[in-house]
Order: sequence, then structure tokens, then C-alpha cells
Amino acid sequence: MSALMTISLTVNGERVTRSVEPRRHLIDFLRLDLGLTGAHASCEHGVCGACTVRVNGEIVRGCLVLAASLDGAQVETVEGLSDGGTVADLQEAFVARNAAQCGFCTPGMLMAAADLLDHHLTADRAVIREHISGNYCRCTGYQAIVDAIADVASARLARQGGAA
Amino acid sequence: MSAAMTPGTLGLSREDLPNSYIGRAVPRPNVRKLVQGRATYVDDISLPRMLHVAFVRSPHAHARIATIDAERARAMPGVVRVFTGADLAAVCDPWVATLAHLKGMKSAPQYPLPLERATWQGEAVVAVVADSVAHAEDAVQEVAIDWEPLEALVDMERALDAAAPVLHADLGDNLVFTRTADTGQVDAAFAEADRVIEATFHSGRHTGVTLEPRSILADYNRGDGTLTVYHSTQAPHMMQGVFARHLKMAEGDVRVICKDVGGSYGVKVHVYPDEMAVAAIARILGRPVKFVADRFESFVSDIHARDHRISGRIAVMNDGRIVGFDIDDLTGIGPYSVYPRTSAIEGNQVVNLCGGPYDFAHYRCTTTVVLQNKAPTCQYRAVGHPIATAVTEGLVDLAAEAIGMDPLEFRRRNLIRDDAYPCTSPAGMKFEGLSHHQALDRLIAMVEPAKLRAEQAALREKGIYRGLGFASFIELTNPSPFMYGIGGARISAQDGCTVRMDPDGSVVALSGVTEQGQGTEAMLAQIVAHGVGVPVERVKIVTGDTMTTPYGGGTWACRGTGIGGEAALQSALALREQLVAVAASILQAQADSLDVHMGNVVDKASGEVRMPLAELGRLVYFRGDTLPKDAPREFVQTRHFITKDYPFAFTNGIQASWLEVDVETGLVRLLKHWVVEDCGRIVNPLLVDEQVRGGVVQGIGGALYEHCLYDETGQLRTTTLADYLVPMAAEMPDIAVGHVETPTRESLLGAKGAGEAGTAGAPGAIMNAINDALRPLGAKVFAQPFTPQNILSALGRV
Repeated sequence: MSALMTISLTVNGERVTRSVEPRRHLIDFLRLDLGLTGAHASCEHGVCGACTVRVNGEIVRGCLVLAASLDGAQVETVEGLSDGGTVADLQEAFVARNAAQCGFCTPGMLMAAADLLDHHLTADRAVIREHISGNYCRCTGYQAIVDAIADVASARLARQGGAA
Repeated sequence: MSAAMTPGTLGLSREDLPNSYIGRAVPRPNVRKLVQGRATYVDDISLPRMLHVAFVRSPHAHARIATIDAERARAMPGVVRVFTGADLAAVCDPWVATLAHLKGMKSAPQYPLPLERATWQGEAVVAVVADSVAHAEDAVQEVAIDWEPLEALVDMERALDAAAPVLHADLGDNLVFTRTADTGQVDAAFAEADRVIEATFHSGRHTGVTLEPRSILADYNRGDGTLTVYHSTQAPHMMQGVFARHLKMAEGDVRVICKDVGGSYGVKVHVYPDEMAVAAIARILGRPVKFVADRFESFVSDIHARDHRISGRIAVMNDGRIVGFDIDDLTGIGPYSVYPRTSAIEGNQVVNLCGGPYDFAHYRCTTTVVLQNKAPTCQYRAVGHPIATAVTEGLVDLAAEAIGMDPLEFRRRNLIRDDAYPCTSPAGMKFEGLSHHQALDRLIAMVEPAKLRAEQAALREKGIYRGLGFASFIELTNPSPFMYGIGGARISAQDGCTVRMDPDGSVVALSGVTEQGQGTEAMLAQIVAHGVGVPVERVKIVTGDTMTTPYGGGTWACRGTGIGGEAALQSALALREQLVAVAASILQAQADSLDVHMGNVVDKASGEVRMPLAELGRLVYFRGDTLPKDAPREFVQTRHFITKDYPFAFTNGIQASWLEVDVETGLVRLLKHWVVEDCGRIVNPLLVDEQVRGGVVQGIGGALYEHCLYDETGQLRTTTLADYLVPMAAEMPDIAVGHVETPTRESLLGAKGAGEAGTAGAPGAIMNAINDALRPLGAKVFAQPFTPQNILSALGRV
């Protein structure tokens, strides 16, 4: 095994310093080293999106990013987003529409949805479907997820319009 | 109270909304933790001194294991032990997956790890145990096995040839099971029919792809001799029995705990040899041992399903009357029948279900179930239904086309009349009450076929090929012991529920059915809230723990609401009766003058609150001294339920698909999908609709994308999600869902199952829509998945 590498980064607003193997993936670092089990390992080759988290504000595949590359980074997971309340409306919409069944894809799906809503509030259903196509769901058939995201997009747009 | 209990007096009917929890779209109480990432899947659990297992898997489809050299592996960092088949056979007995009622069925003994031969690529052969997953996986690379490759039997069509290798010499041949249903006089009736049309259908081998892979954490405590297994499973009690029996323990010394499950769809209701290996290793080491399959392992070792070739004929008269069906099904199931449900059920279901929606007299259907060197197949969502429906509906459309009749009119003339029940199908299935014609009318109102036909005709002028396809179906739900129990399998068709009231007036219900994300706990909470008379927020549900819940079957064959829900209703009503009896003794009132409503004991006639349940709880639990000496004090009731009059509660429905085929690329674009289904009483319409939609999309996966492709040596070529395609959001259509409600009279609740209807009908509807689109070009497709290549090949363009 190669020598351990020491990294210091911020995870959900908390400073974290750990020594990691160079081969340690971000998803394993979060789950095994920090006990943050909200993001899930599913395909482990970058296709399904269950491990999606934010690094420096951008969504990434936790299974494709090496923890050793994250010295100084800002990482956010679903636990952090939940505590911060920034996606509370999206989470409520998922509950109301039953846009989660088994829930295994849900944290990653929320990350992808939040990313779209941050950049593209006028997204129509086709754009929403396209944007979440990197996040697989085997339970819902996607329609309820699209409905939930569309609901939040219009609600946020209306709020913005009201404020302007 | 019990004397007058009917669905009407209990407020279960549509008319009782909105004062009822039955039929209301209540959000799931357990979904909030899922959206916050605070669920507990097996891999989220860590125990002190926990070890991890990684498996050496066979690189060959069929090979003898000459020698295993694990010296280097044992010396690798973190490695604790290496186990071979012989090591585990010392503590774990093998199993043979047959059912006595499937006459003549045979299969070979299977061990946690094979003793002499690997019989499919991906079969776990050696287990390496280490202090981390990474260390275990590192050491797997260092296990040296001297393989002697054997001839692999890959093509199921060759399995019964004299020249084919026999996979298990003791069995004599590769035939696992065959059964023929033969009703009426098929040969004579077909000879006299106006038209006989035939086609050969293929259903592609595919698999469940649960996003949470199979996961197990087993912990044997030498101090008290108990085995605790945290398991991602649909059937905790069944697995408790399996672990106990094969590890030679008392059933009471095994506890299976099933917290959150990340998708199952039938994949997680089977006994997997690698999971048995984990339990056996925990038993030997006396430590917690975890295994979570990676995606490659999932593809090569989760059950596959639906690997069928079906030749079918339909006989019709020129007036549109169906005379009969004559069908021959062949399916390859891998090298072993899967324990304990067996791998013969899917073929058996094809025999039971073909022609199911229709009224006809002459029926012959044979299934032939054979061995092969591929991953084992077993029950996957809608077991056999999508195959039987696609074959039936494909033949029905061919017949309608042959006599020049509109496919909907053809169906209307042949679907079993709504007033014909009860009746028995030519395949021997007993129907209590179905609603094919109501469903057809409802579907037509939703689809508006005339408009789409006009659009289709106009677009064809422009070289755009759109198609509209239909598929009527039946679905087997609420299974009785006729499914497995009569064959000797210890699989419970009965289920139970214990409902209790705690001192603060809150209610806890413990149920033997399980939550896989379909909404079981929401459904149970609604029923219990309604039955006891409390706000739904006051009800907590416990599932997935063999130590605490009443014995039951868990999740399979669409039984959660129909069986588990009825047990919950009965126990909740019994608790309400008990609450009233105790309150009556305290209030010195007649019990039949009181009721429980929204958390209060009320006067039945006026609705006046006589006592909050929290006060009743306080008095009984803390001031029992103030009650009359002979007052009853039990605030806990348990009831079990099993169906008795019918082996299964059949449901029915019809689907429609509207799609466009690009005849240059062969790509299919799904434009819209409709489903009308009748699952009896609907407890939560939101959850039912989402079950139907999710089911449709899994059916679409099998119809268009998903395929476990093997090469001629038995190597699986689709072992990543880049190779094995599953439906993604962008390609899926919006799905409209409509309902007819024909409650079963076997229970007060009247619910039947809804989880598999979508999957049952979608492939047939899509096939018929593609063939409708291609009709002007004279091309037809019958082999799923309908890939661009298959469609271009049918068009003669490749």
C-alpha cells in the first residue's frame, strides 16, 4: 500500500483532517471515515448518480473523485443540505409527491435537482428529465420526481417574481 | 360491534371520504428520513470488531476446481481467514430447490460455495475475510485457483440434446420441470377454426438492478448462541427459518432485522449462496461479518429472469371470436433452481396466465424448464406475467389484423364479461370478480384512440411512424399456501399484526409484512388509524424484525395490503373494541353506546367526547387501582389473516402505449403510456399510482433496453451500467393511471395487490405499439428487448 496522505477540508461546514490512502474514493471517505451515510455507493463506476455530492459548489460523483485530491475543498452532502435548510422546499415536494420510494437514489437525486434549480428555474419537464438522467431510480419511473422538481421550480420562480 | 362489521359500516367506501383514512393520499410517514439521507440500509450499519467478506468468483461458465492455493492471500494485510466450499459445508447444510406440487421437478444440491465445480461465471467460489472491504478485495486477487474448464451449456435450445453436457450427472438430464395444461380439444378446434395465426416470441434475460446491492451483516454471539442478521430482504421470517435450518440452529436463536431496503422487486426474496456463506462465516468466527455486493457482482449473481422462447398459435373465427390458444414455452434457468421458491414458478406462471383475460374454450400450454451455465433465474417483479401478457396480446393483435378487425373491438368481443364471475379460466385459474370491460371503457376515455388514429394517419403521410398498442392483463395477488406452502416450502402466506395502545394514547402496530419503499408502513398506518380511531400521526409502525413482529411472509406476489393490511384492520378493530370495553367499565356506560374517534372515546350517538385515549391510558397503566377489579386491561390485540376461498385474488387491467419508431435509426420514442387497473379497494391512491408507474417503467426496461447478454462461452458481457441499459428519466413518458375498484369479498378491507400490474402489461403494449407503427412497412418484432438493431433487422435495413 502507498503511504497515507493527509488532507484538510470542510465537510458540511465542519473542518476535517484525516489521513487517507491515495486510492480512497470520496464516497468511501464520507461513508467509512466520516460516518456520513446519506450518499450511497451503488454502481461505483460513475453511471447511476447515487453517490452525488457537492464539491466546491459543483455536483460530482463521489465514486469517481479521490479523497486525496480534496485538500482544502468544500464538500456538502445531503446531511449538510438538510441541516442548512436550503433544499427544504425540494424535500417537502418529494414527500408530497411520493417522489422517493426505496430512497436509495434520493440523496443523489436531490443533489442533481438542487443543482438544476440553482441554475435554471425556468426548466420545463423535458429539461428536468434531461438533467436528472444521470441519476437512476428503479422504483418511481421518474414521473413523481419530475413533478416534484417542477413544483419547486414554479414556486421559487413565483417567489422571485413576487420579490422583484 | 363485530356483529355488524361490513365495509359499509366501517367507513371503507369511497363515499366515506374525506372522513376516512381509507382511500386518502396520505404522505408516507417514513419518507422524510429518506429525503434527508437518514435512512438505515445494511451498509450503513457498523458493529464493533466487524469483518468484511469479498469473494473469488468463477471466471468460467463451467469448470472443475482442481486446487485452491490461498497461502499468499492469507498473508495479505488485514486478512483474517480464507474459506472454501468444504470449510463452509462443515457448518452449513446444502439445499435443493424443488416444490412437491410441481410434479417431477428436480434440481441439484447447492452449497454456500461449490465443492468441486463452478457452474456459472460469477459464482462465488472462495471467501476472503479481512478487516476492511479494500483489504478483502486486495487479497481476493492473490487466491490462486487451478481451473479445469468444462464444456459450457449456454443455449437453452440445446439443453435437452443428447450431445449436450449434463450439468449435474445425478439428475440424468438437464430437464428441471415440464408441465402441460390441456383443456378442451385444441387440435380439433384449431382444425375447424377460420384462421390460425402463429408467432414465436422471445423475452430477453434481464435482472432487477436494485440500486442498493444485495447486503448482509451477520453476527453470531457465542455468549448466548444467537445469530443476528441485518439483511436487505423482502422476507425476514423466511430467512430466519433458512438460516436456522441450514446452520443447524434453533429458529428462535436466529433474529433477522431488516431496516431500510434500497429496492427489491423480487431480487431480494431468494436465498443466495454468497449470503449463506456470510452467515456461516459469522457462525464460525463468532464476529459480525458484512458483505455488500458491488455492481459487477450484482450483475453476475443477483437472480436473472425472463429468459424465455415462446411459440404461440391462436385460432379465431372470422366474426372475431377466439377459439383457443396453443403455446409452447421454453426457459433456461441457470445451473440450479433457486431456493426456496424454485426457478420453475416463472414457466408455471406462463402456463397459468396465457389467454387469461379472454373467454375461450380450448387451451394448451406447455412450459419446459431447463438448466444452463448462466446466472440462476428466479422470481422477479410480475413473475411470468409480462411474458404471458406479451404472448397473449401479441397473438390477439395478430388475430385481429388477420380478420381485419380493430384491436379494441376484437378485445371487446373476447374479454370475459364483467357479469360472468365467479368463473374459472381454461388454465384453471379461479376468478372472483374482474372488470375487463369497465377497464377497457375507462382506458378508451383516457386515450381517445380516434384522435390518435387520425394523427397517426396524417403523420404517416410525412414518413413519421407512430403506433398505438394495447395490452389487457390479469395479475395474481394475495397468494394463499397454494403458491408455495403446499409444495413444502416454509413460506408463510398468512400474515399478522399486533396493535397496541401506549399510555399517551399513541398506537404502535407491528406487522409481518415489510417495507421496500412501496409504502407498506404508510398503508398500515392509515388502516390502523382508521381501525382504532386515532389520527394517523399517532400511529407508529414496526416491520422487519423477526423478534418483535408477528410471523409473516413479508413482501412478495403483491400481498402487503391485501393480506398484511387486512390483518392490521382486524387487529385495529379488535383494539378499538377493547378500548371501548375498558372505557365503558370506567365510565359506567354501555359499551355499545361508545366509540373511538380521532383519539377520543366518544358517545356513539352524539359524537360527544367522553374521554381522551391519553386519559384512558393514564388510568389503566398508572391507576389500575381505581378500576373495577374485573375490568379488562388489555390494550393489545393480534390478528392474523389468510385467504381461504380463492387460491389467489386476481386483479385485471389494460395498458396502452403511444410511441414513434424512427425507421432510419430503429430508435423507439415513447410518447405516452396509459394504465387502467383494478386492485380492489385502494387504501392510498398516491402510492398505488406510483407503484403502477414504477412497474410500467420496469416493464419498459425489459421491453426496450435491458438484456443480460452472454457470449457463446457463457461470459456475461453486460456487467456495468454502461453496458446494461436501464430506463433513464429523459426517455420515459408520462404515465396516466386510472382505476376501477372491485373489492375482494374475501376480506373486510377488500384490497388486492397493485405492485406488479404495471410490469405485467407494459412490454405487451409496447410490442403491439411498435408493430402498429411498422404495419405500413410490413415489419414485425417479437423478440424483446426491441433494440434499434432488432427493429432495423425486422425492416430489412441491417
